Amino acid sequence: MAITTKNLTCIVCPRGCTLTVTLNSDLENPVVSVEGQGCKRGVDYATAECTHPTRVLTTTAPTVDGGVVPCKTDRAIPRELLFEAMKAVNTLSAPAVVRIGDVLLENLLGTGANIVATANRG
Amino acid sequence: MQNYVDKTAPYTALVVIGGGPAGMAAAVAAYDDGVRDMVILERDLNAGGILRQCIHNGFGLHRFGEELTGPEYADRYHKMVVERGIAIKTGATVLDVTPSDEEGVAAYVTAISEAEGMFTLRAGAVVLAMGCRERSKGALNIAGTRPAGIYSAGTAQRFVNMEGYMPGRKVVILGSGDIGLIMARRMTLEGAEVKAVCELMPYSGGLARNITQCLDDFGIPLMLSHTVTQIHGKERLTGVTVSKVDEKRRPIPGSEIYFECDTLLLSVGLIPENELTRGANIGMDGITGGATVDQYRQTSLKGVFACGNVLHVHDLVDYVSEEAALAGSSAAAHLRGELTEGRTITLKTDGKVRYTVPQAVTVTENTADVTVYFRPSDIYRDVTVTVREGGVDGNVISKKKRIKVAPGEMETITIKAADLNATTADTLLVSIEESAKKGGNA
Ligand SMILES: Cc1cc2nc3c(=O)[nH]c(=O)nc-3n(C[C@H](O)[C@H](O)[C@H](O)COP(=O)(O)OP(=O)(O)OC[C@H]3O[C@@H](n4cnc5c(N)ncnc54)[C@H](O)[C@@H]3O)c2cc1C
Repeated sequence: MAITTKNLTCIVCPRGCTLTVTLNSDLENPVVSVEGQGCKRGVDYATAECTHPTRVLTTTAPTVDGGVVPCKTDRAIPRELLFEAMKAVNTLSAPAVVRIGDVLLENLLGTGANIVATANRG
Repeated sequence: MQNYVDKTAPYTALVVIGGGPAGMAAAVAAYDDGVRDMVILERDLNAGGILRQCIHNGFGLHRFGEELTGPEYADRYHKMVVERGIAIKTGATVLDVTPSDEEGVAAYVTAISEAEGMFTLRAGAVVLAMGCRERSKGALNIAGTRPAGIYSAGTAQRFVNMEGYMPGRKVVILGSGDIGLIMARRMTLEGAEVKAVCELMPYSGGLARNITQCLDDFGIPLMLSHTVTQIHGKERLTGVTVSKVDEKRRPIPGSEIYFECDTLLLSVGLIPENELTRGANIGMDGITGGATVDQYRQTSLKGVFACGNVLHVHDLVDYVSEEAALAGSSAAAHLRGELTEGRTITLKTDGKVRYTVPQAVTVTENTADVTVYFRPSDIYRDVTVTVREGGVDGNVISKKKRIKVAPGEMETITIKAADLNATTADTLLVSIEESAKKGGNA
């Protein structure tokens, strides 16, 4: 049995709790226990981080009139897809007039996440 | 210094200077406490302040229970302002605040806008919410040329996020405050190569989560105790020399590393924007760069309150909103004549606590518990934060254990109303006490 511990900084909120994760590499879900979290979200974060890390992408999308509009994925996507997601967003041509929450791209790279506007424009 | 005293100017009960998150939250709180005759004056063409360019997420978990980006957070407050019908004048820059000797008027506020030209308001109360600006690169003494390609991190943030323009492709960042860390990720995602983030201090001034998600995620090295010692290039930046520094922050000869780059971002700190405050002769705190205030966020000028980054630099907008709501409610209480004079207790700090806000407490029969915000000067582990009456040997009236405190993260300690009423001391000492066993400043 291979038991190890690992320290992570929780990124769910600005508190940035230091999490101590105990892992057993023989198990399918290797996370045996998590300590140090200020709230339950820390446990979910540690579990995801040790199995399949995910991130919310925040960026800007080009608009038809040559400007940009801030946007984000409406849920976390696999971390390894960030650069591919950037390519997809940078080829968009978003309307000049958008409202917060408008969907600019559906089902980004088959992840189920949408790209939504995060600012009002025009 | 020109004074703009105009006793014939129109009266406005509350004038809020700045339409960022602090100004909007203060106005909303004042409205909810009954103030109707008020105006927010905002220099920019849009309300929202610095949040408009902070397109990353992490705002509002505390305040709204969900993770928002900067523009979304600003929009929440903007909606509250609009719903209440609070007047907001954009494109209106305040030029001067002059104390008044008229009964019921705290100050004369003079502004200029394209629509109205120059105008003065006789303000019953004023909330200062002008935010902060970045320390300029002129303040830095780096040897070498001054080619194009050197920007403050906030300027680069505005270029990339609002104008869709990338300032460069090969980047070195000096300073590991949050703006620098956020920009390291942002430029990487947009295809730039961020070679290193250099930090003069042995620790980062940014949030731990930003080191994880902005640097570690992309394998960007954080070089602690390092600084840029030479700038290279004639017209355009071609590279920088980075050196390790000793404990006294002096570059160590022989430790130089050369990085080829076309862009250097400086993220070397923010300073509260207090020209107006100084112009009004309001008492200032040399360490925060903001006004000195009591627990109501009232400055030395009666009826003038301050909140947000103009008071002290906050890393979390949630705290800005909280503080601003307090300032707005206090302004409303002042207008109702309820902020009575009382006994003043000054808060002092040991060297380990760098500063506190508030810097003083006004004790009256209505005094409530007081939350004191503070920043440590360094990283300390296994400490007890104490509030003592008088000095170091004084009686402890509040204490709190912390596993770790760091300059990048604001801390709080609460003093109970009963203790404030009971004490006869005219100063309280806020300190960080290390336990007997050696904790060390790792
Ligand atoms: C790059 C960056 C990243 C950040 N990241 C985070 C984060 O991840 N999470 C988080 O919670 N917080 C974050 N913060 C902190 C948070 O955004 C700020 O603390 C907050 O926006 C400060 O609000 P404010 O209203 O005090 O100042 P500001 O937002 O600066 O607003 C001040 C307003 O006053 C106006 N003004 C100034 N002078 C005058 C004048 N003379 N007349 C009229 N108007 C005037 C300005 O135009 C501006 O609109 C970040 C800050 C920055 C800079």
